[in-house]
Amino acid sequence: MLRADDLSVARGGLRVLDGVSFTLTSGEALILRGPNGAGKTTLLRTLAGLQPPLAGRIESEPDALVYAGHADGIKSMLTVRENLSFWAQVFGTSDISAALDAYELTALADRPAGMLSAGQKRRLGLSRLLVTGRPVWILDEPTVSLDTHAVSMFARVVRDHLAEGGAALMATHIDLGLNEARVLDVAPFRAKTPGIDEFDEAFL
Amino acid sequence: MIALLMRDIRLATRAGGGFGLGLAFFLIVVVLVPFGVGPQTDLLARIAVGILWIGALLACLLSLDRIFALDFEDGSLDLLATAPVPMEAVAVIKALAHWLTTGLPLVLAAPLLGVLLSLPADGYLPVVISLLLGTPALSMIGAFGAALTVGLRRGGLLLSLLVLPLYVPTLIFGAEMARRGIDGLDTTTPMLMLAGITCGTIALLPFAAAAVLRVNLR
Repeated sequence: MLRADDLSVARGGLRVLDGVSFTLTSGEALILRGPNGAGKTTLLRTLAGLQPPLAGRIESEPDALVYAGHADGIKSMLTVRENLSFWAQVFGTSDISAALDAYELTALADRPAGMLSAGQKRRLGLSRLLVTGRPVWILDEPTVSLDTHAVSMFARVVRDHLAEGGAALMATHIDLGLNEARVLDVAPFRAKTPGIDEFDEAFL
Repeated sequence: MIALLMRDIRLATRAGGGFGLGLAFFLIVVVLVPFGVGPQTDLLARIAVGILWIGALLACLLSLDRIFALDFEDGSLDLLATAPVPMEAVAVIKALAHWLTTGLPLVLAAPLLGVLLSLPADGYLPVVISLLLGTPALSMIGAFGAALTVGLRRGGLLLSLLVLPLYVPTLIFGAEMARRGIDGLDTTTPMLMLAGITCGTIALLPFAAAAVLRVNLR
């Protein structure tokens, strides 16, 4: 469903990862690991189409991907239901009750999103993936600010999604209990940029 | 796309949305000018068109940085960029929502505020028509400027400097059209120029705005 072939990605004009190749098939989860600044987010953003790759190819089915980044894209002045139905309409679906149920947000549906706690906002952000109806999820640190109960909730949703023939690619450091997921460590793909060993300096 | 428009209008009209900001600014400028100029109705009547146009223009400018900055900060822009909506459409819709919540109220308020500036009776219609034709261009140019400066912290100053020169043709032809209308002259030429500028910006700038948004999101 998603294939990366000898992919090189850059952040702020600096090559971060080189020669990343993987295939993601239906019903499969792939977890990206690597130290901070290794380029996990850059790789995910490139795969999502937010930036072009330096080299290599990305192959995916059309309209298959959905991306969820660090920020949830939640409008604090809208209610939970309004936030979710907006994204449902953008992606051309209409049913949001299943997504609300999956993350136990039904009781909070009419509350302004600005009143939610960080973990509840995260759950709202993740529930967006369900209303998009897209098969391939690209998730960047999906479990940030979730408690253990919510993490298991998330793992259950991902497992259901995989069972329905979906696929997920995520960057996370937490053990989700998804034992069937493959792990891809990005550290070996780190680009050898001559002259700059601390590439964070380029942004300071 | 309609969902995006409805969401933006809803956000603008809720608390903290900045719906009244432009309108309040316009009101303040127009109410204060007569106090500043003094009790000279002749002079006021002569400068009324200019004041109304400059007030509308600055009121528009005031809320421009909200067009994309808020969506950029909370990550919605990233998500919209990966959603099945073309960025060009996002730019148009955002500009339209800005016009509906800022430009249109100014157009509707202008005749009321014209009374305060002792605008001649013949002037009301030309002023309203010129604002109606001109303010969409202000929103579209502003959306382009906002797209250019979206990643910048405190980009408001740069945004004003970039956008103000682009506003000048609209201001010249808009005010000229209203002034000719008051003097009983033929308004066709400035009206056509004004409408042409507006149509041109709406036709071309969405592509430019979408292109700079894509660059800024990298």
